[in-house]
Amino acid sequence: MHLLLFLIFGGFCVAGALNLLLQRHPINSALSLIVVMSSLAVLYLLLGAEFLAAAQVIVYSGAIMVLFTFVIMLLNAGREERTHGSWAAYLVGFPGAAAILALLVYIFLSNRGPLGNASLGNYLVTTSDLSRVLFRDLLLPFEVTSVLLLVAILGAVVLARKEH
Amino acid sequence: MTGSLNLWLIPLVPFAGFLVNGLIGRKLPKLLVTAIALICTLIPFLLVAKIWLEFSSVTTPYIEHLGTWIWTGAFHADFDLQLDQLTMVMLLVVTGVGFLIHIYSVGYMAHEEGYWRFFAYLNLFMFFMLTLVLSENFLLMFVGWEGVGLASYLLIGFYFLKDSAVRAGIKAFVVNRIGDFGFLIALFLLIAHFGTLDYREVFSQIAQHPEWQGGILTAIALFLVLGATGKSAQIPLYVWLPDAMEGPTPVSALIHAATMVTAGVYMVSRTHIIFDRSPFALSTVAIIGAATCFFAATMGLVQTDIKRVLAYSTVSQLGYMFLACGVAAYSSAIFHLVTHAFFKALLFLAAGAVIHSLGGQQDMRVMGGLRKKMPVTFWTMTAAVFAICGFPPFAGFFSKDDILYHAFISPNGGKILWFVGWVTAGLTSFYMFRLWYLTFLGESRADSHELAEQGAPVHVRSDSKLVSEAEHAHGVHDSPWVMLGPLVILAILATIGGFIGVPAAMGGHDEIGHFLEPVVGSGPRAPVGESSGLELALSASVVLIGLLGLLVVHILYKVKPDLPHKLATRLHGFYNLVVHKYWVDQIYGALIVTPLLLISRYLLKGLFDRGVIDGAGFAAGATAQGFGAIVQRVQSGNIRSYAGWLALGAAVLLIASYFGYTAHFSPQ
Amino acid sequence: MVPIVYYLILSAILFSIGVAAFLIKRNIISVFMSIELMLNAVNLTFIAFANHWHQVSGQIFVFFVMVVAAAEAAVGLAIIIAIFRTRSTLNVDQIDLMKL
Repeated sequence: MHLLLFLIFGGFCVAGALNLLLQRHPINSALSLIVVMSSLAVLYLLLGAEFLAAAQVIVYSGAIMVLFTFVIMLLNAGREERTHGSWAAYLVGFPGAAAILALLVYIFLSNRGPLGNASLGNYLVTTSDLSRVLFRDLLLPFEVTSVLLLVAILGAVVLARKEH
Repeated sequence: MTGSLNLWLIPLVPFAGFLVNGLIGRKLPKLLVTAIALICTLIPFLLVAKIWLEFSSVTTPYIEHLGTWIWTGAFHADFDLQLDQLTMVMLLVVTGVGFLIHIYSVGYMAHEEGYWRFFAYLNLFMFFMLTLVLSENFLLMFVGWEGVGLASYLLIGFYFLKDSAVRAGIKAFVVNRIGDFGFLIALFLLIAHFGTLDYREVFSQIAQHPEWQGGILTAIALFLVLGATGKSAQIPLYVWLPDAMEGPTPVSALIHAATMVTAGVYMVSRTHIIFDRSPFALSTVAIIGAATCFFAATMGLVQTDIKRVLAYSTVSQLGYMFLACGVAAYSSAIFHLVTHAFFKALLFLAAGAVIHSLGGQQDMRVMGGLRKKMPVTFWTMTAAVFAICGFPPFAGFFSKDDILYHAFISPNGGKILWFVGWVTAGLTSFYMFRLWYLTFLGESRADSHELAEQGAPVHVRSDSKLVSEAEHAHGVHDSPWVMLGPLVILAILATIGGFIGVPAAMGGHDEIGHFLEPVVGSGPRAPVGESSGLELALSASVVLIGLLGLLVVHILYKVKPDLPHKLATRLHGFYNLVVHKYWVDQIYGALIVTPLLLISRYLLKGLFDRGVIDGAGFAAGATAQGFGAIVQRVQSGNIRSYAGWLALGAAVLLIASYFGYTAHFSPQ
Repeated sequence: MVPIVYYLILSAILFSIGVAAFLIKRNIISVFMSIELMLNAVNLTFIAFANHWHQVSGQIFVFFVMVVAAAEAAVGLAIIIAIFRTRSTLNVDQIDLMKL
């Protein structure tokens, strides 16, 4: 059951990612990304991270991707043109990406023994567990992130303003 | 006498004078400049005189250690001063004659723009010369050696606005440098062989090894001789001295007659222990001395510039001193150095008085009849002329005689050397009396303007105004007493100065010879059984040939005045050769100077400097630029290409770190 | 009972698809979205390991990653808007002012 759920939503992730890669219009890419993120939320749940799953949906798909969509519509982005910008991206980049993938897969597979299995519910982190850590041990970083968000807001406002 | 002699004061007081006059002399009133210069020369003289008076109570050599200079593992040299009999004599000459010339210069340079500069340089010269004679090691002597070369350059080129003066200064310095190169090689050889440059240590090492003959000592001696020929204007490096007459006359008197040019003779005498071990070097010195002596005298026969005659005379007399050193009669050389200082300085100063009174005229062909108008100058110069020609009882008689006698009795060709010296004495007599006649006797030829306009050298003041005769319109007369006083004193010295070296053959005690004996030895001995008759006979022959010279001059210039011209036309080949100084300057120019200039300009500057060195710099720049241009293509601004390279780089890093040093899980 | 390795491999695949998309896409916003994809893949890895080692710090890290990603997305999109205003194009190949 767990495996089935993993396969389905894993499949959705990969399919959405590939779609993001292959689509020409950015709005299609954005919608595929929303699919990816939602599927990932389910996967988080399977791994026992309930708060993060909720946060994934609310923050990532619900806010960030909506922001992306707004910007795409604001800027009236159209289909991509086929411009030939750089050969390095293909000739050098793809081998690099393939190499990274190969390396990671190799590492993971060669260590699959010690890594064991995840079963549904073997490790559940409740919101209170998470918040206990956040508000006690990591209070300072937590507060700092609020400042970070404030700075980001200000930055975004300033940068996106119209010049007079 | 206990206590320190404070030798260090002797050179440093003039140096202080140089600093004051050099740095602020321009702003000081002339009286103050004069006072500083004179006091800074008088004090050393008084110190030297005081030491001289108490000399018997000084243990020689007296060493004064002023401080450490170089101290490395293998070699060390210190600021050491020493005083022994040889140095004492040199000190007396340098400070005494130096002081007199300073006084003379006050009058001679009175109207010069660079008055303060002149005295500053003169004091600087005194400092270096005194360092040279006072030093206890070769290195400090070399400092003085180079320094007097520098002072000479500065003073020759004193009238720096005059092109010929500047060139003469450069020529003097460059030719000296060649000699200094020889000196340096000698220093290196000394360090390599003896490990030290201290006089005492080198000489004691040589004394302890009587088997050291020739070989390296010859090499050292020959290189020292090269240095001496540069400084003392012997063949082959004499060419700078006649040109050095571009400097003011007091400079010619002090530096190029009495003191600096004698540094070579002093040096050979000081290092005679090395020379005594090398008969080859001694012969070289003797031959160079004799050859220069004769050669320069022939050139002096036909010069028309009064200072040039005296310059060649200086070269010739220095040849006598070298000849004396070459036959190991060092005390004779020093004796002649002392008497030469007296009469040559006097000759130059008197010539300067004549030039000064005639408003800058130096050509003897337009002089004449000055005997009545400048009596004091005439009589003092007469004393000097008689002294240099070796007539008794003047000083030159005893010293020149000493040299020729020792040359005659020295083995291995001494008689040939004597003969050359004897003939030169005749030539000396000829050109000195010729100068005497043309300048002072006869009728005044000052109105023969045609000669004057033939480009006779005219004295140029430092503000480059040509002083013509007309400006000195108040008539020709004797100089002021500030200039005549030194002339008189030097004349007295030239007359009686020889009495310190009267040889036993003439009933004297040769005081100077005995005085210097602890330092320089006693010279070649007469063969056993020789009576004093030989010496008397030789002296008489010198006097005879001197009188012959006077007679010839009398005939040529007084009795039959058109005879010189006829002789010159008849012997015009020889005459031309001598007038053009055997074309030596031109030969040097063609053989040495021009090739060097060409090499410097085209090979060293063109090829090496511009090609290799600049080229290397340029190539480095071009390479950097080339690489930059290639690498620049990466910076395309295209984000995707950046991303591509990023991905590759990340992959490489990850692989390197995983398969490299970091440990990873070991599989079960 | 899913081996954790599967989650890890899935995240590796998502990550490399994200890199490929970064290299291929020409629209700036698409490029930005591929960055978000990469971040998400990493998040999955963290949570998988947090599950394996029974530690909550993996999830804390994901929390902070989300915060920072949000801030970054906001600022980045603002920059994109600013660029669009000046260059009137969203084509990455035409925004190459950084070239020498």
